[in-house]
Amino acid sequence: MKDTEKPKPKIAFFDFAGCEGCQLALLNCEDVVLDLLELVDIVEFREALSEKAHRYDISFIEGSINREEDAQRLRDIRARSKYVVALGACACMGNVQARSNFVAPAENFAVVYGEEARNRVQTDREYWPLWAHTRVRSVDEVVPVDYQLRGCPMIPEEFLSLVKSLLAGSIPFFPPKPVCVECKMNCNECVFDQGRTCMGQVTYAGCNAVCINNGYVCDGCRGLLPGANLDAHRQLLRESGLTDAQIESRYRLFCSQAETKHTGQ
Amino acid sequence: MMSDNQRSYTIEVNHVTRVEGHGSIRINTREGVVEDVKLCIVEANRFFEAFVRGMGPEEIPWIVSRICGICCVGHQLASTKAVEAAIGVVPGAQTIELRKLLNLSQFLQSHVLHVYFLAVPDFFGAPSVLPLAKTHTEVVKRALALKKLANDFTAVVGGRTLHPMANTVGGWRKVPDKDALAAIRKRLLDALPEYEATVDLVSTLEIPPYERDTEYVSLTHPDEYALYDGEVRGSDMDGTASVDSYLSICNEFTVAHSTTKWSKWHRDSYMVGALARVNNNFAQLHPKAQETAQKLGLRVPCVNPYMNNVAQVVEIVHCAYESIALIEKVLDTGLRDEDFTVTPKAGQGAGATEVPRGLLFHDYTFGDDGRCVAANAVIPTSQNINNIERDMKHFVPLMLPTMSQKDLTLHMEMLLRAYDPCISCSVHMLDVEFVGGEEHPGEPC
Repeated sequence: MKDTEKPKPKIAFFDFAGCEGCQLALLNCEDVVLDLLELVDIVEFREALSEKAHRYDISFIEGSINREEDAQRLRDIRARSKYVVALGACACMGNVQARSNFVAPAENFAVVYGEEARNRVQTDREYWPLWAHTRVRSVDEVVPVDYQLRGCPMIPEEFLSLVKSLLAGSIPFFPPKPVCVECKMNCNECVFDQGRTCMGQVTYAGCNAVCINNGYVCDGCRGLLPGANLDAHRQLLRESGLTDAQIESRYRLFCSQAETKHTGQ
Repeated sequence: MMSDNQRSYTIEVNHVTRVEGHGSIRINTREGVVEDVKLCIVEANRFFEAFVRGMGPEEIPWIVSRICGICCVGHQLASTKAVEAAIGVVPGAQTIELRKLLNLSQFLQSHVLHVYFLAVPDFFGAPSVLPLAKTHTEVVKRALALKKLANDFTAVVGGRTLHPMANTVGGWRKVPDKDALAAIRKRLLDALPEYEATVDLVSTLEIPPYERDTEYVSLTHPDEYALYDGEVRGSDMDGTASVDSYLSICNEFTVAHSTTKWSKWHRDSYMVGALARVNNNFAQLHPKAQETAQKLGLRVPCVNPYMNNVAQVVEIVHCAYESIALIEKVLDTGLRDEDFTVTPKAGQGAGATEVPRGLLFHDYTFGDDGRCVAANAVIPTSQNINNIERDMKHFVPLMLPTMSQKDLTLHMEMLLRAYDPCISCSVHMLDVEFVGGEEHPGEPC
């Protein structure tokens, strides 16, 4: 079969509010980037924007949706895409910045830019379009999402597995198990036994427990596992000496959205 | 037919590609006269300085790493130093050496990425690095290999490439494996000819000749080319300023068309980054890096902002040799597990480090309960934005009489990319928008 007989699938990347580390994680798959280019057309990252007529086979959305203008752009992308994939923790669940949702935007503006600038933002029409922060939303709060690539940053192996599945016409599958399972397979000493606390029991696996392998704990950057017994986990944290306020703060490092929104997975 | 330079038009480049983050350039000309140039930063707010309040000291560097993927190491290091200053923790010599290695690995990674992926396509007239994979396969393969080496370097020292977790307040959670570190040293040695080939590649590029003198600001250190630590030096001053006085260095202010705050010091604007560092601390560069500068025609003080790309290549060479030497030193000394338990307490502290894009400040205040009550970060790109817009205002009238609108747009984008702006960080960039007195000429850029 010649390449020319069948057009290559078009893959597009769109970034919203985030650190763009997930796109970078993809660029970091140096070994496979060139091979991937043989199989798909990557419609160039941000330049895809100007090609309004295009349709995409897979659109990867990076970042959280913080403004209405961003939400509108996202709806337009959804309408032109066969599959929409939330790429990384910001797109999947708002990530660390969703913690700002517990404080009014006006106060956040004042803290970061000062009272005087905040007041100008609120009263001067010229400032409005750029500064129209509403709240931090995940992609699936705005449009239907077909698949999620979890984690901060996302795991390149999961990205490749998803792309391969979609190209082969099969359904991507990421086993719903907690980080604890992968941690045990790495033979780590449980961090609770070291007198520290962990989100690994209630966090969606797939990272191979990379943080615990490297001497840290799990902070839940891949999101809460559907069906996890959160009450039991909170009780465990309490028994390890955390106050209720500290437990809330712990959940709100990466998973703050879990408290303000409930989605069916 | 009217030539471009007689028309009144507005150039708008919205969401400039190949810069980290979202920005736009707006240029307004009427009858061949430039009415206005604006660099608009349209990145959405994320409010890091607001939402880290309530976090404990160890959580802060780990979370603020997420300000930027490319600069995650830099944000970790500057915030770790600030937190340590706030709660009175002094890290050991081994920790400082590991942090220096982590920082060097990030310089190698970021500079290679910027030079090959984000800047070089302009010089080949390509929209991105992707088409170059077909036409300049060797160049792209070399770029990928050098980037992979730097990424593996970061992962060996820091635990992983993006948002590494090994570094923390007071020490290293898991010290690097000696054999893995030795392997990185060997790969760096083997890659020296590849770095040399990078220098050769850049020596063939034609750098636009536009010059504008400004103030150059960087860290400076008596014993070494300052990347991890030092005092602040502005090229307009004698002596240095302390990192603690950073608020009176940056003098941040807000403008309507940018969600980034702007900065100025002794003049209307200043520049940070590779060119500023090379200008301020040239004599402390590794001799091979000084040779590279000579080969690439970079003589200090250099006041051509497009030469920032060249300065980055000079630093790539410096960082490669420094990394090899420092890994040797660390391996000779041996690595031990260190105690890094810290006790949260009240206090305030600032920390600074050089990151690939320039000088980065972080500042944290902790309350009596050991939780963060105030935070501030001043990012290289936000310090540069004001200077970039002033460069544009200076260069556009010089370019307008001789350049087509298309070339002018390209030169503005190249200028912006030369600064290697990281807009994700700075909002905590770029479409060029040519806005005209008359109807919009042609297709939007």
